[in-house]
Amino acid sequence: MSDQMIAETVEITGSGGDAIEAYFARPTGEGPYGSVVVIHHMPGYDEPTKEIVRKFAYHGYQAICPNLYSREAPGAAPDDAAATARAQGGVPDERLVGDVKGAAEFLKSQPASNGKVGVIGYCSGGRQSFLSAVSLDLDAAVVCYGAFIVGTPPEGFPLKVKPVVDLAPNLSCPVLGLFGEEDQYPTKEEVAQLDQELTKHSKEHEFHIYPGAGHAFFAVDRPSYRPEAAMDGWAKIWEFYGKYLAS
Amino acid sequence: MCTYTTEHLKVSGSGKGANGWFRLSDASVYFDHPVHAPYEHSLNIDFLAPDIGPSARVAVELDPDSARELANAIFAALDKAPGQLRLIEVK
Repeated sequence: MSDQMIAETVEITGSGGDAIEAYFARPTGEGPYGSVVVIHHMPGYDEPTKEIVRKFAYHGYQAICPNLYSREAPGAAPDDAAATARAQGGVPDERLVGDVKGAAEFLKSQPASNGKVGVIGYCSGGRQSFLSAVSLDLDAAVVCYGAFIVGTPPEGFPLKVKPVVDLAPNLSCPVLGLFGEEDQYPTKEEVAQLDQELTKHSKEHEFHIYPGAGHAFFAVDRPSYRPEAAMDGWAKIWEFYGKYLAS
Repeated sequence: MCTYTTEHLKVSGSGKGANGWFRLSDASVYFDHPVHAPYEHSLNIDFLAPDIGPSARVAVELDPDSARELANAIFAALDKAPGQLRLIEVK
């Protein structure tokens, strides 16, 4: 752990060569440090997400969160940007992968990088974390209650996503999955199906389903926050990243 | 739950946002996580003017009962207005 860090907004090159905004935090030491791309939840590139980025720096990782809504709403408040992105059906998968790739390259290019990059995503970012791990060459992926990895959005949803479980054979790294037993998106059955699919393809993974927790149990500013599940989840994350990113 | 379930409609009128009044052109109505209301889910309404930009937004987040009462109140207020006034179209 380090109580000295630098945290700031930077510009990185995202999908299609676009310059996008990102929040970057890293310990001030020489390293070498593992790195984490943080994929924000659907409510956007907000204050709690930036706290998560700093938390990784505190624990000895370089971390960056690209603003996935940079293009739709440059300079807008996170809630206004999220409303705009929502109205447009969310972030296209191909663009997401390009933005995470740009963020990972930015992290690897830092002098203190140890060359390893993981990804973590919450809510819609959970699916996007998995999508990144089957699309890019990464070292570790954490999926926090990501829906629609398995299963299609119900009829009538304007959500422009499709299931990505079929891409499991392409998975490039171990996966840590953290889910709430009471969550409906994804359901326990969908989590079990993803678990089976990864086992079938001999993909290293570790899933935890917390009783008494639903969706967004990590979100400290929401009624869905479940301290016991969140604290255990963070412990699992430090153990997982410690094994695959820090060493 | 990130539903993305959203009703879109064109509207005509004005709203007051962070930068003052502006002409509205669109509205979104959806049930999902609120940003500020102390509920896991809420009925959210955004009054928008996309031509001005993402910040041209008047947002409300209501618990479901409040949202239904609001909808009924809107109909009640419109029904009580004199018929002639209800037909006025403001450009």
